[in-house]
Amino acid sequence: MERNVVMIALFAALIAVLGLIPKITLAFGVPITAQSMGVMLCGTVLGARRGALACLLFLLLVAIGLPLLSGGRGGLGAFVAPSAGFLVGWPVAAFVTGWIVERWRGAPLALVAGVASVLGGIVVMYGFGIAGMALVLEKSLVEAAALVTAFLPGDLLKAVIAGMLTAALARARPGSLLSRAV
Amino acid sequence: MISLTSPVRTRAHDWPAGAKLAGLCLATLGLFFLADPLAHLAALLAVLGLYALPGRRFLRAGWRSLRMLWPFVLVVGLYHLIDASPVQGAVIAMRLVTAVALATLVTMTTRLTEMIAVVHWLTAPLRRLRLNTRALEIAMALVIRLTPVLLDKGAALAESWRARSPRRPNWRIVLPFTLLALDDADHISDALRARGGLHSPED
Repeated sequence: MERNVVMIALFAALIAVLGLIPKITLAFGVPITAQSMGVMLCGTVLGARRGALACLLFLLLVAIGLPLLSGGRGGLGAFVAPSAGFLVGWPVAAFVTGWIVERWRGAPLALVAGVASVLGGIVVMYGFGIAGMALVLEKSLVEAAALVTAFLPGDLLKAVIAGMLTAALARARPGSLLSRAV
Repeated sequence: MISLTSPVRTRAHDWPAGAKLAGLCLATLGLFFLADPLAHLAALLAVLGLYALPGRRFLRAGWRSLRMLWPFVLVVGLYHLIDASPVQGAVIAMRLVTAVALATLVTMTTRLTEMIAVVHWLTAPLRRLRLNTRALEIAMALVIRLTPVLLDKGAALAESWRARSPRRPNWRIVLPFTLLALDDADHISDALRARGGLHSPED
């Protein structure tokens, strides 16, 4: 119980810290932050339920006014902004990512965690993000999707790193990989 | 750390946080059903008036928190100019700015302690169902405490990287950083358990 609560809080804090890392600008001028990698890691390391809870906890703290989103943003405004759909998608993304890592045991962990991060952290998260953007900006889903494709290369890179990181963590601290704990 | 709350104390600070949040929900919902461009303009001007009321410092702080909106306003504006539907574009952009500005206003004028009290109140039904919400409250406090600690550890790691390598720290630093954090988590959970754990006191 205590360990679960602390791990959930820790990963919520990890998302916050990853958002404070200065953003890297990719070759074609798109800024990427490491924050969405935090969401992927919540799923791959904590598993489905705890990963989703860590994201929910983080979002609760953002909602009550802490500037934890990348670039020091936060507060209730973040939940009505065009990018709000992505935030709503975080817990679901972490859940799907974690669910895949918990169930798919046949392949090397780096591959499993990487694929899970792509499906959860990109497919699911973009699904929510695009729907939210289409709703707020009153555009079609295809038009909204065109607005976010610029972030795709960065997020693919993050999924690959999340996969390798998860495998390295499993080697160094096997007991902390709650998604694979029996 | 950057604060999202107001630099000056306003009259809205004295209003109950729950009422402000409920009002915000209603107003945001209303904005999404409103279609008349003039009504949207009135709403936008009213919200901007609210920002101007507490004085220049407040206005400047509010302006800073709304900066992230301008790229979206620009995209919507261009799209609807090309699409030859400027009125519709104006409605969308005004609704966007009004909704985010209103929400930011509530965040700016409500202290963290009051927000946490609202969360405590909202979770009361869970306690009546005999669920333990103490874990949630401890977890919230832990995140607030852990974030600056992790940030310090990350900075220390980056510094030791720079001491040994001519290249800039890159993503490789995330592994030792996460390991440090995981070890911290083990120590904290041991400490929590040693102090009686998370079982709710008889209430």
